[in-house]
Amino acid sequence: MEHIPILRMGEFLLITVQVDMHDRLAMKLQDDLTERIVRFGSRGVLIDISGLEIVDSFIGRMLGNIASVSRILDAETVVVGMQPAVAITLVELGLELPGIRTALSVERGMQILRREAELAGLEVLKDANMEEDGNPPE
Amino acid sequence: MEILQSDVLQIRQPEDIVLVRTAVRKIAIASKLGLVDQTKLVTAASEIARNTLDYGLGGEVRVDMVRDARTGVRLTFTDEGPGIPDLERAMTDGWTSGKGMGLGLSGTRRLMDEFQIASKVGEGTTVTIAKWSR
Repeated sequence: MEHIPILRMGEFLLITVQVDMHDRLAMKLQDDLTERIVRFGSRGVLIDISGLEIVDSFIGRMLGNIASVSRILDAETVVVGMQPAVAITLVELGLELPGIRTALSVERGMQILRREAELAGLEVLKDANMEEDGNPPE
Repeated sequence: MEILQSDVLQIRQPEDIVLVRTAVRKIAIASKLGLVDQTKLVTAASEIARNTLDYGLGGEVRVDMVRDARTGVRLTFTDEGPGIPDLERAMTDGWTSGKGMGLGLSGTRRLMDEFQIASKVGEGTTVTIAKWSR
């Protein structure tokens, strides 16, 4: 069956959407991705949509769902590479993708994910140290 | 208004929405619409085609390349579904009867140069949208 490949890069997952997604393909991507996040304990998901010529409310909702589910599973989502014409259309349509982080390029998206993962790592260390000191965490 | 080219596509299953998008993109390029206008038209077509499928229980779209003072694309979506009882409310931002985000009709109208909707309860809905080259 047709599917969108999900690449694993260390603690992150990378998805490049290159085909015009029909509904079943979009649903399958959501399911596959959720399964991968759990299996690999991924900290972040990068979705490259530079190949998408349009984002309608269905695809917008799918991106939002992916971001929400990922967040619950402790992974950050960044959507990158949106074409300018797509951005203009989305705003006029009234679909401003709430709750979805965006970046212009894959490189900048990865920076965001690395920074988030580092911050989360520091928090974990801090909590562990506090417990050793015998001081209650705030 | 002169019709230069016309085609009818069926909207019976989700995959058909992708075919509608492809056909509309092709005719938008042939009608000399700019990239942003092409994107707006294809997005609008995708929204209305999904309505035709989800709420109209399937139907068809006529894709016309038209010429008046300028060239443009006119799309006519027709279904024989349950119809929309309260059109005014259906055209309001944020209103939705189902699984959408409630942007379908009102959002689509903003993307288009022309937008008409006619609906009769028990008989179906017709949506006509058009975008002109600049």
